[in-house]
Amino acid sequence: MEGVDYLSDERQKAQFDVEAMKVAWAGSLQALQLSNRMANLVANDPAFEKFTRPMMGRKELLKNTLRKAAHGWKLIVDLRLTEEAKWLRLYIDEPAYTDLHWGMFIPAIEGQGTEEQKKKWLPLAQKMQIIGCYAQTELGHGSNVQGLETTATFDPQTDEFVIHSPTLTSSKWWPGGLGKVSTHAVVYARLIVGGEFHGVHGFIVQLRSLDDHSPLAGITVGDIGLKFGNGAYNTMDNGVLRFDHVRIPRNQMLMRVTQVTKEGKIMQSNVPRQLIYGTMVYVRQTIVADASKALSRAVCIATRYSAVRRQFGSRDGGPETQVIDYKTQQSRLFPLLASAYAFRFVGLKSITTTATADGIEECRKLCGGHGYLVSSGLPELFAVYIPACTYEGDNVVLLLQVARFLVKTVSELGYKKPVGTTAYMGRVASLMQNNCAVQTAEGWLNPGAIVEAFEARAARMAVRCGRQLAEFENPEEGFAELSADLVEAAVAHCQLIVVSKFIEKLQQDIPGKGVKQTLEMLCYVYALFLLHKHQGDFLATGYLTPKQASLANDQLRTLYSKVRPNAIALVDSFNYTDHYLGSILGRYDGNVYPKLYEAAWKDPLNDSDVVDGFHEYVQPILKQKLRTAKL
Amino acid sequence: MKVAWAGSPEAFEVCDRMAKLVANDPVFEKFSKPMLGRKELFKNTLRKAAHAWKLFNDLHLTEEEAKWLRHYIDEPNYTDLHWEMFVPALEGQCTEEQKKKWLPLAKTMQIIGTYAQTELGHGSNVQGLETTATFDRQTEEFVIHSPTLTSSKWWPGGLAKVATHAIVYARLIIDGHFHGVNGFIVQIRSLEDHSPLPGITVGDIGMKFGHGTYNTMDNGVAKFDHVRIPRDQMLMRVSQVTKEGKYVKSNVPRQVGYATMVSVRQTIVADASKALSRAVCIATRYSAVRRQFGSRNGGPETQVIDYKTQQNRLFPLLASAFAFRFASNWLKSLYTDLKQRLQVNDFSTLPEAHACTAGLKSLTTAATAEGIEECRKLCGGHGYLISSGLPELFAFYVPACTYEGENVVMLLQVARFLVKTVSDLGNKQPVGTAAYLGRVAPLTQKNCVVQTAEDWLNPGAIVEAFEARAARMAASCCQRLAEYKSPEEGFAELSADLVEASLAHCQVIVVSTFIRRLQQDIPGKGVKQALEVLCYVYALFLLHKHQGDFLATGYLTPKQASLANDQLRTLYSKVRPNAIALVDSFNHTDHYLSSVLGCYDGNVYPKLYEAAMKDPLNDSDIPDGIRQYVQPILKQKLHSAKL
Repeated sequence: MEGVDYLSDERQKAQFDVEAMKVAWAGSLQALQLSNRMANLVANDPAFEKFTRPMMGRKELLKNTLRKAAHGWKLIVDLRLTEEAKWLRLYIDEPAYTDLHWGMFIPAIEGQGTEEQKKKWLPLAQKMQIIGCYAQTELGHGSNVQGLETTATFDPQTDEFVIHSPTLTSSKWWPGGLGKVSTHAVVYARLIVGGEFHGVHGFIVQLRSLDDHSPLAGITVGDIGLKFGNGAYNTMDNGVLRFDHVRIPRNQMLMRVTQVTKEGKIMQSNVPRQLIYGTMVYVRQTIVADASKALSRAVCIATRYSAVRRQFGSRDGGPETQVIDYKTQQSRLFPLLASAYAFRFVGLKSITTTATADGIEECRKLCGGHGYLVSSGLPELFAVYIPACTYEGDNVVLLLQVARFLVKTVSELGYKKPVGTTAYMGRVASLMQNNCAVQTAEGWLNPGAIVEAFEARAARMAVRCGRQLAEFENPEEGFAELSADLVEAAVAHCQLIVVSKFIEKLQQDIPGKGVKQTLEMLCYVYALFLLHKHQGDFLATGYLTPKQASLANDQLRTLYSKVRPNAIALVDSFNYTDHYLGSILGRYDGNVYPKLYEAAWKDPLNDSDVVDGFHEYVQPILKQKLRTAKL
Repeated sequence: MKVAWAGSPEAFEVCDRMAKLVANDPVFEKFSKPMLGRKELFKNTLRKAAHAWKLFNDLHLTEEEAKWLRHYIDEPNYTDLHWEMFVPALEGQCTEEQKKKWLPLAKTMQIIGTYAQTELGHGSNVQGLETTATFDRQTEEFVIHSPTLTSSKWWPGGLAKVATHAIVYARLIIDGHFHGVNGFIVQIRSLEDHSPLPGITVGDIGMKFGHGTYNTMDNGVAKFDHVRIPRDQMLMRVSQVTKEGKYVKSNVPRQVGYATMVSVRQTIVADASKALSRAVCIATRYSAVRRQFGSRNGGPETQVIDYKTQQNRLFPLLASAFAFRFASNWLKSLYTDLKQRLQVNDFSTLPEAHACTAGLKSLTTAATAEGIEECRKLCGGHGYLISSGLPELFAFYVPACTYEGENVVMLLQVARFLVKTVSDLGNKQPVGTAAYLGRVAPLTQKNCVVQTAEDWLNPGAIVEAFEARAARMAASCCQRLAEYKSPEEGFAELSADLVEASLAHCQVIVVSTFIRRLQQDIPGKGVKQALEVLCYVYALFLLHKHQGDFLATGYLTPKQASLANDQLRTLYSKVRPNAIALVDSFNHTDHYLSSVLGCYDGNVYPKLYEAAMKDPLNDSDIPDGIRQYVQPILKQKLHSAKL
């Protein structure tokens, strides 16, 4: 059966140049070649096989991940990979301690260490003579960094800091790589000098012996247990860590921004404080990139399987209808396809992660019952992705930050001209007065009309929140009371950003036959889908009439028919290997059913016809001898 | 309130007793479940099932009690299929003679059965099944056969490793003619040594979403290679095949099958309320324990349940759990009524009852699946831990959106019913849950009269708003359908909008059922008042969420929609002091909840810490793999290491 392509008819329907679209998706020809090379390197290396992962017990699973990480590092060294290393880790597609080492530990030292500190620690870390993680969150404390309880008390006698966990809730909790692998951690703790609190700072703390890997004196460290999904993040040793008066030299506080002198004096350098948050921003950008990757994987699987799967609609005993031809399927699937492209070109954590998590689950449902099988790849993809909604800033907390910024912008309009993504607020008067002028469904195929609609809705919602807030005597109380509405206004603002950036992107030159036109279509799908989904906002703010909203919906339906012939080619453009997708339903060749059948037999339960436990626990029932059976 | 939730003092007593029986029996321990490998997990489940069956016999439990016992064991296994699908199918589709032969065997579990309908390539569309049952007049047998790979039976629970028998649905073929899809009793495994019978290939279909969840069930695949069964093993209540190979239909109306479907879907709605109540209970308790931000002068941080953004996501789900509970209770009475009517060949309410149960199945399961995941997010990062109970609850629950009628397929059936009802209005008065469509003219003309936020605290105003929105959406769909030459083409093209109209209709049913429930007497201090608050929360939350519909149909002005939202905010403050007591009213044991975050005493953090230490990785400080795969890196000796 190898060599078949059940989707070749679908591929021939495409109205654009797939190779050129691959370049547009990758960002550049070089990026495409690079990622292609790394993806194939991983896919063709049996060391990175991942099908059996969900069937492993926890210990075996971690061991397997450690092996892959070692093999990956060996490849990086042997093949002298530089920039490619990041891609290699991505395609290995398995959360591991190295993510934290390279993605958090090293950037934290780079961003927050002094030159001297960098000189000492970075070479060790970059050669992996030490392995580090990033220990910020605690058992009782997540998003609120100021609420952390771990203390770092300066002892001028010995010129050391004493790192201590004063309560159970102060135990560090969640850091990846901490549980079993890391030798070092950047630990965030409340700095106490002379009995006074001087803010939360990072400290480099050695956790384990470099000789025998055992935890150092005063340190209790372990794994925090199983997480969502079978493989998913269970390949990562997220950890718990407690300190019992652990001493570290003074020069292991990250001192680029704030210094503690030998004498116990606090000094601030003129480096902006925001640098402390640099590491977090770095991570957030990575998350955004991941959002488009994760969503595109799910969409690729659901789209291909929707073309393979047939249901109902048989005429005269002929084949049933491909489910991708149903409007109900299209109206759920194509907006997600468009969203994947939108998030690829634009990224904003708070709305892209939520939409991606919801989108992966929606793709799973779009695959019908078989999407529930681990071999579909979707349950694992969902389980591995969803923490993105909470780690590095809970989404609602982030949206409330956006809302604060919006309200402030609105209230200062009189004397301060808004810039960047809020520039449209400067035109608030006209956005409040002028309503939508669209009169036909075709009228919606107009970037200007779309951007204005999203601007007007966002501006009106922000202004309305501003007015309601003014009715409260205490602004903080008002902010708390109206927070649900403020979140909605923030979402409206974020959607505007994504829509208008997508439109801006399309004003650039994009080479390749039909590529730009196809992307334009997706851009309209994305915008009009959001408009329909949130039509309540557009109508409530009075910008649209019900008739205009309905025209937008009519246009959306028409657009779905235009996406349809291009659907398979659009997901092929992601250029994913079958290894990376990790899904039988999403196979490139569409040869789904024989492969599903084959995969089933690999389950451990199928090792024998009569399963372990049958003789003890089922046969006595059948033979009516349960009474005397030993259970 | 516990009684109001359970339905009656008697129901409360039975549930409470069975829940405690399970919780206090160490055999039913479930904490370690997610850490077991598949084989070990399955063996553990077989043990629990045997123990439960023993309890059933020893304690002489009634069938009702047994059902609750299985429920609180809280682990899908083959007995679910045996008792809830195989036995009912025998009861509903067998002739008297067949029942006499098979039911005693099944009820004493001398045989264990399952229900084999779906195939590898075929789900919702029963008419598309490929398995064949060809009558052989010579031997008076049916030959059951899987002609293609895609015709392999796929998914039936209990099929892979346990069931000795299955009801297999197959295309009946006599003399080369196709006579529809029928059910056949097929023996799968030897009653001696349990090995699969000749011609039968049977196995497990592999891992499913989650750790424990449905992996405790042996969902199976089966292929038949010309397997022969005697003629009297076709389920013959509705249609028979005679010795001579004549296909005869009895005078039992085919519609009797629908009653079973209504009953099954009623159970699904009840299960939705249970699953959602578990998730909400966990999220509510932990929201009261967890603190974040808002510390004043170094004092404790604010309980997250006090944040409006938390209330705004959590309280509507709390209200939904109650709404679905009352909807399922009401569906039970609808089923009883329907069964009585069908017995006297009264089919007049059947389409309405069918549409209503299909719609509520879709609405409640979709909202519950989303609600569980929302509750997980409401618990912050810790919700991602298996010990929070929420990942497993979600993974366990989500198939409900697909099985027993895929949710979108269900809503499209509702849409067909709505379109038909509206187009027949001239000559047929709609009944039951569709009765309001008979008032489509006034509902289309008169708009909402609410003028203040307080005006929304009026059941009449709320019901009318939901009715007007649904009626207008249905009417608008009909008008647009009329523009198409081919009605089928129009239906296909507009299906996404039709689904929205169906959902609006289903929401009318849930909202008005909740309101009607509150018109009855509900004993207990403050119970009715607290439920009224929840009812308003449920309705106004939906109204805000779907305000686009209410505004687009012109029934509400933006001002009125905004007043509803103001009222909703006020209501959240009224729910707040009662939140913990409301989730306590579900009367869930800690065993049933199986969540460290949701434990009754709120002692979350020490328990989380304790649970973490039980992970197999913590058996030693240096787990297997460090010496082979990490130390060579640290010591810079990777080159000579054996990977």
